[in-house]
Amino acid sequence: MNPVMLGLITIVTGVVGCIGYFFLSNLILDAVLPARGPNAGRNINRANLIRPWLFLLPALTALSLYLAYPVIETLRLSLLDRVQGGGYVWAGFDNYSQMLGEPKFWEAMRNNLLWLIVVPAAATALGLLVAQLTDRIAWGNIAKSLIFMPMAISFVGASVIWKLVYDARPEGSDQIGVLNALYVWMSGEGPQTWLTFPFWNNFFLMVVLIWIQTGFAMVILSAALRGIPEETVEAAILDGANPFQVFFRIKVPQIKNTILVVWTTITVTVLKVFDIVFAMTNGQWETQVLANYMYDKMFRANDWGVGSAAAMVVMLLVTPILVWNVRNARREMR
Amino acid sequence: MAELKLTNVAKTYAGSVDVLRDINLDIAQGELIVFVGPSGCGKSTLLRMIAGLEKITGGTLEIEGDVMNDVPPAQRGIAMVFQSYALYPHLTVRENMAFALKIAKKPKPEIDAAIERAAKILQLDDYLDRLPKALSGGQRQRVAIGRSIVRDPKVYLFDEPLSNLDAALRVATRIEIARLKESMPDSTMIYVTHDQVEAMTLASRIVVLANKGIAQVGTPLELYETPENEFVAQFIGSPAMNLLPGEITATGETTTIALEAGGSAVSTIPTQPSQQGLRVNVGVRPEDLVQTDGPPLFEGTVDFTEALGEVTLLYVDRPDGGDQLIAKLPGIHKDLRGVAVKLAADPAKLHLFANGQSLRPKVG
Repeated sequence: MNPVMLGLITIVTGVVGCIGYFFLSNLILDAVLPARGPNAGRNINRANLIRPWLFLLPALTALSLYLAYPVIETLRLSLLDRVQGGGYVWAGFDNYSQMLGEPKFWEAMRNNLLWLIVVPAAATALGLLVAQLTDRIAWGNIAKSLIFMPMAISFVGASVIWKLVYDARPEGSDQIGVLNALYVWMSGEGPQTWLTFPFWNNFFLMVVLIWIQTGFAMVILSAALRGIPEETVEAAILDGANPFQVFFRIKVPQIKNTILVVWTTITVTVLKVFDIVFAMTNGQWETQVLANYMYDKMFRANDWGVGSAAAMVVMLLVTPILVWNVRNARREMR
Repeated sequence: MAELKLTNVAKTYAGSVDVLRDINLDIAQGELIVFVGPSGCGKSTLLRMIAGLEKITGGTLEIEGDVMNDVPPAQRGIAMVFQSYALYPHLTVRENMAFALKIAKKPKPEIDAAIERAAKILQLDDYLDRLPKALSGGQRQRVAIGRSIVRDPKVYLFDEPLSNLDAALRVATRIEIARLKESMPDSTMIYVTHDQVEAMTLASRIVVLANKGIAQVGTPLELYETPENEFVAQFIGSPAMNLLPGEITATGETTTIALEAGGSAVSTIPTQPSQQGLRVNVGVRPEDLVQTDGPPLFEGTVDFTEALGEVTLLYVDRPDGGDQLIAKLPGIHKDLRGVAVKLAADPAKLHLFANGQSLRPKVG
């Protein structure tokens, strides 16, 4: 069958299935516990106890099937070794110690740490800056839309765009990469293969994620800035604060919690970063990150044990930030 | 010399919408001026123009003789208390009050002394290290006032400071503000409110704003006793002054008016012979009306009564079908509903308005 048709059928089945599930399950509940008759009051109370679970059930099922089970299975695989011809043998922490002995793993750890420091900070700071600067100007919304747009591009798509930006053509021919075009024009020297300079190439990759995440930070922080009572700003102006003091001493402290939520949300994204590195350098030239390392081990080297161990490391790093983030977001909502 | 002087001040939005025009006002040092007026009359806008939060689009604003039109708010020597308190939520009470002084890079001992002084005046000593969210509404308002006091401004601006408080707290805080003013006799204050009780009790002078301009400026009792126009007459006092249309039938030292509702009124306001036959409105406050057996100013049937205990409000139908007349009689008179009453008033308490303006000769 035509893949487009197949896709359409899947979508329609899914949507209709969802609507049907919620409609029918609630219908059945109402039929079993009718809101009339001698036990109407008791039935309503009982139905109200059950109804939330009807709505939660599909999500809970999907989460346990696709999230909880893989976590346990990954943990199990990380403690086993595959033997040739099928079957597993207990390996204990061998996979972990093998991984800890590999320089590529430590390179990935170092790069992840670097990403962790630079990307959330840069994306949040730029997002905050844009949110503040576009707040009062007529074309601010157009600027915001443009900056938000990269959010709509997939990581791989963004990587392709930026790979073209960093592209290098042989000396003498026209440079189609913007960076090299500028560099050749301004310095008069030959083109550079930017993505092959160890250490600095990490930053060239980070630019892609910053480019994407700034829009996210901007939207959230812009809403937060709008929520600041205007009088506190006016009071600060009357108190003699200049625009910088108003921004840093009155506005930023008032949206501190939102800034932290944005920061940590981006942090989680950064820890999981895979597509950008995979599509642009595939971890070569010392740009390896944990997620790509995991992929390499799992699907290229076919070493399920070490690959799973790497996955567990990523999960262990993400979990505390995620827990803190969810808690913070819930406090914010209260 | 006037502490604060407004000359032909005007406010126009986007070049077309007139909000205020031709505001002329001299405010002396130590006065507490209250701006009152109906919603949307521009009283808050005028205050914000004085503060520097709104641009003055016409005329000049002088403070102590210096033109302030283009001086940044912080350098005008003013401090403002906002309706919503506008406390910095992330700073403690102490830090809230210290903010302006820290921005001005004042030495720490000076800041501490200023905060201590303000805290003592406002009884905030025990709350200095709390955040605003841990304070009650009244306490927050006191912090907002404290934030002004520490700056030791020439002029205090209050923008409806009591509107966010509940009724009981409003009365208490009103008295506190009156005490505060008494303890700082040299400070000039401008106070915006829509509550005429606040205006009457606090003001040394009231500025009534209406129709984009000043309707009248005067002490509270001047406005009550000698309103210059129908707007002020009806705005000050509650319930509002009754206006009875009529025609002047005799002029001289006293004036006689034949009322459309029947009956006639005699006023002690003198008129010229040329004013014979002039159509006027006779204004009489509900509290100046009394029941009488003699020749009445007004006769009608009581349509409705509201007994408030100390007084009773009578809503009396007018024979000519105009607005009901309201009388405020001391004591309880619920039995008057449906009864025909005869009401009279002291001729000296009557007001005469022609074309909306008072016929009373201006004093001074």
